[in-house]
Amino acid sequence: MTTITFIQPDGAAREVVAKPGESGMQAATRAGVEGIIGECGGSCMCATCHVEVAPQDIGRLPPRDDIEQEMLESILTDVPEGSRLCCQIKLVPELDGLVLHVVEIAG
Amino acid sequence: MSIERIVIVGTGHAGTQLAASLRQDGYAGAIALIGDETDLPYHKPPLSKAFLKGGEAELQLLRPEEFYVKNRVELMLGRRVAAIGPAEHRVALDDGSTIAYDRLVLATGARPRLPALPGIDLGGVVALRNRADGLMLRAATVGAEDVVVIGGGFIGMELAATFAALGRKVTVIEAAPRILGRAVAPQISEHLAASAVAAGVRLLTATTLRGLEGDQGRVSHVVTANGERIAAQVVVVGIGVLPNQELAEAAGIACANGIVVDRSFRTSHPDIFAIGDVASYEHWMAARVLRLESVQNATDQARAVAKSLLGMPADYRAVPWFWSDQGDAKLQMVGLSFDADEHVVRGESGAGSFSVFHYRAGRLLAIDSINRAADHMLGRKMLAAGFSPPPAAVRDLSVDLRALAEAALAERAAPVIAGA
Repeated sequence: MTTITFIQPDGAAREVVAKPGESGMQAATRAGVEGIIGECGGSCMCATCHVEVAPQDIGRLPPRDDIEQEMLESILTDVPEGSRLCCQIKLVPELDGLVLHVVEIAG
Repeated sequence: MSIERIVIVGTGHAGTQLAASLRQDGYAGAIALIGDETDLPYHKPPLSKAFLKGGEAELQLLRPEEFYVKNRVELMLGRRVAAIGPAEHRVALDDGSTIAYDRLVLATGARPRLPALPGIDLGGVVALRNRADGLMLRAATVGAEDVVVIGGGFIGMELAATFAALGRKVTVIEAAPRILGRAVAPQISEHLAASAVAAGVRLLTATTLRGLEGDQGRVSHVVTANGERIAAQVVVVGIGVLPNQELAEAAGIACANGIVVDRSFRTSHPDIFAIGDVASYEHWMAARVLRLESVQNATDQARAVAKSLLGMPADYRAVPWFWSDQGDAKLQMVGLSFDADEHVVRGESGAGSFSVFHYRAGRLLAIDSINRAADHMLGRKMLAAGFSPPPAAVRDLSVDLRALAEAALAERAAPVIAGA
């Protein structure tokens, strides 16, 4: 079982238990986590599932692929190390306890 | 007159986003969201990919169930609207009941067009549009070895990649000389065709069909016009869609390849609006009347019509974008490439990462990208701002296009100082 925590900009935390094979975006939208929209359904096209991975967890994630990297570079001037589109984070059991901060986006 | 009840027909991306946007924009009245499918509104694009591949046939919901409760959206699933009464401001459901509205929004979408071929009604022949079609396709695929895809468009090529990945023998039959011919640049068609072939897909372009043959009511072969019989236990049809405009037509609302709407998405009846795949409108970028079939078109129009329903200014100027995941190739498109007279390639098509920039008379119209998300995202910004990078700069990979565009846009935005 993989339990992850989403933290809102105001500090409110929400724990979500992921189903096998789910992405961070899928778990968040299924649970109704505010601020994670996933408008493109997980195709890395819309950047509406932007999160900051908690510093202690950054090293636990596989690196971004080229498309995710380019999407993030397109929406941010500088891409912080922990910035991710969480549709690209597969919630494998090793990621139990992962903490993701929801990033406020305009619009 | 205040608006107390908005009725939305259609629970796809457009209708569902509209319910959300109305609440986000502060609308406090009633919202009814009516659709003939029984599932909670869900993402359609995964149906041709993850839905077929996954161990379980699970839908990816657009919003969790609690969203509809929290936002007081009266979700009426499994209900079919039988008629619209514009004069009475009511819709009639197929069970005979009626619902009153102050404003009605038709987000009825489109349905697959089927070719008039002998045998098209055989078992194992599926056109994919919704979950029921997806389940039928999943079931038909069990035990099937040979899959024929009729139509080398987006959904056909996505399905071909999916079935090839599932180890099936796949043949794509396309009447035009190249796949995706109406939608993308020739270089993009060539690249995607080569990827499909490399994945084991047999591509027959410039090929038409004579018919389908069956055995005990199930498809067994498709037969090409020149007589080749191709084994097929599953046939998927993807040759385009027809707008679901019949309800509107019957109510006397103007239709022409879709429900005709103005810039605020109002139909020929002042209290009835239409958005999404079904809406036909003069596009601000292309100066022509068209329908767009995409998630972006559906959701951006939903956001815009919410504003126009609530009397807020809503000049719809969204830049259209679209994507198609075909195996490992990610196709991203932005803008509309109609009437382009110059096609400029950035990157190397051989390396599987390149874009085609479409121009008309020196003005950037659209960009098709394969595995070059940065070009795509920059394209959204440049097209929204009306900035056209010089073709010479686009061709030259040593030019930082983003820096070029940002500098040009910053200069444009700089305040003009009187007398300076």
